[in-house]
Parts: sequence; structure tokens; C-alpha cells
Amino acid sequence: MVPFAGWELPVQYAGVIEEHRAVRRDCGVFDVSHMGELHVEGPAAHALLQALLSNDLNRIEDGEAQYTLLTNDEGGIVDDLIAYRLEQHHYLLVVNAGNRHAVYTWLKEREIRGSDVRDASDEYALLAVQGPRSIERLGLPDAKRFTHALGEIGGIEVMVNRTGYSGEKGCELMCPAEDAVALWDAVLSRGAVPCGLGARDTLRLEVCYPLHGNDITPATDAVSAGLAWTCALGSPDKDFTGAETLRRVQAEGPARRLVAFVMDERGVPRGGMAILGQDGSGRGEVTSGTHSPMLDKGIGLGYVPAENSMPGSELTIDVRGKERRATVVPKPIYKPQGEES
Amino acid sequence: MAAAESYPGELKYHPEHDWARIEGNEATVGITWFAQDSLGELVHFEAPEPGATVSKDASYGEVESVKAVSDVIAPLSGEILEVNQAVVDAPETVNEDPYGAGWLLRIRLTDPAEVEVLLDLDAYKQLVADA
Repeated sequence: MVPFAGWELPVQYAGVIEEHRAVRRDCGVFDVSHMGELHVEGPAAHALLQALLSNDLNRIEDGEAQYTLLTNDEGGIVDDLIAYRLEQHHYLLVVNAGNRHAVYTWLKEREIRGSDVRDASDEYALLAVQGPRSIERLGLPDAKRFTHALGEIGGIEVMVNRTGYSGEKGCELMCPAEDAVALWDAVLSRGAVPCGLGARDTLRLEVCYPLHGNDITPATDAVSAGLAWTCALGSPDKDFTGAETLRRVQAEGPARRLVAFVMDERGVPRGGMAILGQDGSGRGEVTSGTHSPMLDKGIGLGYVPAENSMPGSELTIDVRGKERRATVVPKPIYKPQGEES
Repeated sequence: MAAAESYPGELKYHPEHDWARIEGNEATVGITWFAQDSLGELVHFEAPEPGATVSKDASYGEVESVKAVSDVIAPLSGEILEVNQAVVDAPETVNEDPYGAGWLLRIRLTDPAEVEVLLDLDAYKQLVADA
């Protein structure tokens, strides 16, 4: 168990690699109840969020969801989150545990007449059930990614969100906190393998989903991070905090970019390691790294100068004093085999 | 398949969770069941070169799992005769058989008297029980 944002979370149950493979092959379950849930309601809820979040909320309807960013004036990332449209005047935001208070405060301070922001994180439990057989094992109907609906698992009413952090088919089940243990047991009884934070990290890294606090922070802008696709920079009827800066970065081209890389030599890259230039000087930094169970090689994400960011570019990673070669690869590093059509 | 917990009686142990099998003026060394269990499935062994020397109580390499990296401490001083290439190629061998196929180095002892200060089975088991 490790402390994480005020919670005690398991790094692993049976073992990181075993859990990782279970999710890629079949079905695993992660208790992600530490994630924050904020309700934003009222006739002006849409206007408030449309002015603060990077993605265009007009693109989703009731029953749909959207990956989006909360940006600061410099286009830096306060948090990355998923906005679920429950009703026309009611959104649910699922935010990172470590940013729960920052996001709540940010929104609360900017509330406008007709909008109300409420932190309901302690009221809900959230279980991520992920893997090519997850939906079948839960007995749920197939549904598109980034949609949500009410459902029932083992007699417990849940909100079934077709989202996740593994790159696999799957869902995140939200229920009242008091039903959490019963829901966990019900999901396990359907054959899901319990998975910890360790596998959650290796799975998300293989598919290059950024981790806030490592790969993206308030000091890294969305364009350099490769998340311009979540920013409605071209919509005439949409403006949001930091959009001007992001348009400029996009027009000029970022000085550095967040790239995915695979080690060509033995060694496991880790966040904070230097990425070296030809002359051995620091050119960038690894922001996340691990050993990929699927590739059986070291993999990572890191910022490098734009001229070294194209797939095929050769990098040198300083692995505790030893120089090890790596190559920039297209994202994702690993493409899930059981991907939804 | 991870091995079941065991500590063979014929080995000598170092408090940093390393073992040594003494064979005349040579020794085979590795990490104990407790060490590999604490780390989880190994994915990398940063090995030294044959011919290099190792010093008792000093690090000669690293073993790394998905979640952690750890120095490997030499239980005895000596010259490296052989590095276990099977472990370099398949580090999980250490998890499967820490005292057999998962050995790390063979060394020629430069100070055989050092063996006297290593722990015997009972002393090491006590140390693990207190960990």
C-alpha cells in the first residue's frame, strides 16, 4: 500500500506484470474511488465550463462525455478531466485526485450567476473495469466510447461510463460510496482480476495517456504536450482561458514536444532522467518511464526539442549515469489488440 | 512462476539480502527470496563485466522491477569469473529460482576470511523475521 493524495492505495495485488497482462488479455478491475467528482449545475453551467475547459462542449449531448483540459492563462494544464453531460444544465466532472481541491477552487472562484459547483467526491466510489472481455463479463450491452448510462451490476445501481485509462475496451462504474464493497465483490465474482496502481501506470504508459503531475502540469502547455486535439482552437464560437497563448504556440510551433520512446538498449527509463544531446548535454527530460510488459522493453514519455521529436529520432537517456539509446516512436507505443471498432 | 519462500541451510547470508555459496576459494552469489519478493518480478539486471572486482558491502550492479530499482551488494570481495547471462537475458529467472538458475555472479575470493562474518541460516532468518 502507498499513500496517494490522502488515500491508501495498493501498488499491486498479485503482481504488476500479471495484472497488466490480465487487462490486455481479458479483464481487470481498479478501485479508482480516489478520483474526484464535481457537479456543475444550473442554466449557466454550460457557459461557465465552455469558458474554462479547452474542448468544445457543444460537441456532446446528454449521455455523452468528453476528455478535456482545465487550462490557465499561459495554456498550462491545471488538470485533465472527463466532462459527462448528464442533462442540458448538469455536468459531472471526474478529475484527478491530487487536483480535486485545485479544480474545485478554480471553478468556484469563477462561478457565474446561474451556475453552481459542488465537490461530491466523498459521495461516490469508482471502479474501472478494463479489458477486451470486460463488458461481456459484466453482462453490459455494447456502447460507444465516451458515452454513459445507468445500469445495474449484481443488484447495485451504477452509472456506467464507457471510459478508462488502459486503452482497452471497458468502463468505469460509479456508485454511492456505501455500495462500493458490494460492487467490488460483484465485479470480482464476474472474473475480473484485481489490479493496483502499478498496472494502471504501465497500461496507460503503453498507450501514451499522459499522467497529470508527471507528463502534464500547470507549467506545460497543451500544444507542446500533444493535446491540441482536446483544445477547440479553431471554433469561432468558443473561447477559453489560455486559448490565445495556445493559438500562438501552435502557429509558431512549440520549442519542445512530449514524445513517446522505446529503449534500444537494456535499462528502464524513469521520470526525472535527463535526455542527452550528441555532446552529452541535457536536451530534455523523461517525465514517465517504465518497463513495458507487452514489448518487454523500457518505454517512456519525455519532452525533447521539436527538431528531435519526429518518430525515428534517436535519443540518449541518462540511466543513473549510464548512457542508453532510445528511439522516438509514434503514439501509442502499444496498440491494444482487442480494441473497439 | 514465483518461487515459494525458502532459505537453504548450506548458504551464507549478507544482511543486505544477498547469499553466497562457498566452493573452495570461489563463491556463487545472488539475492535471497526475501529480496526478490520485495522487488516483485525483475525486468532488468544491470550487470558488471567479468574480470571486474567486487568489494564486500559495496554495490556491484542493480536489479530492477517494474516498481523499484535496487543496488545489489557484494557479500564478499573478489574478482568476477562469470556473470549469469541467463539472468541478463531473462531477469525473471531470479524470481523463479533465486538460489539455483537465478544466481548472479561467480567470483574468486580475494579475502576468504570475510566468509567468517557472514550470517548463517538462523541469524539471517531472524533478520528477515525482524524486517
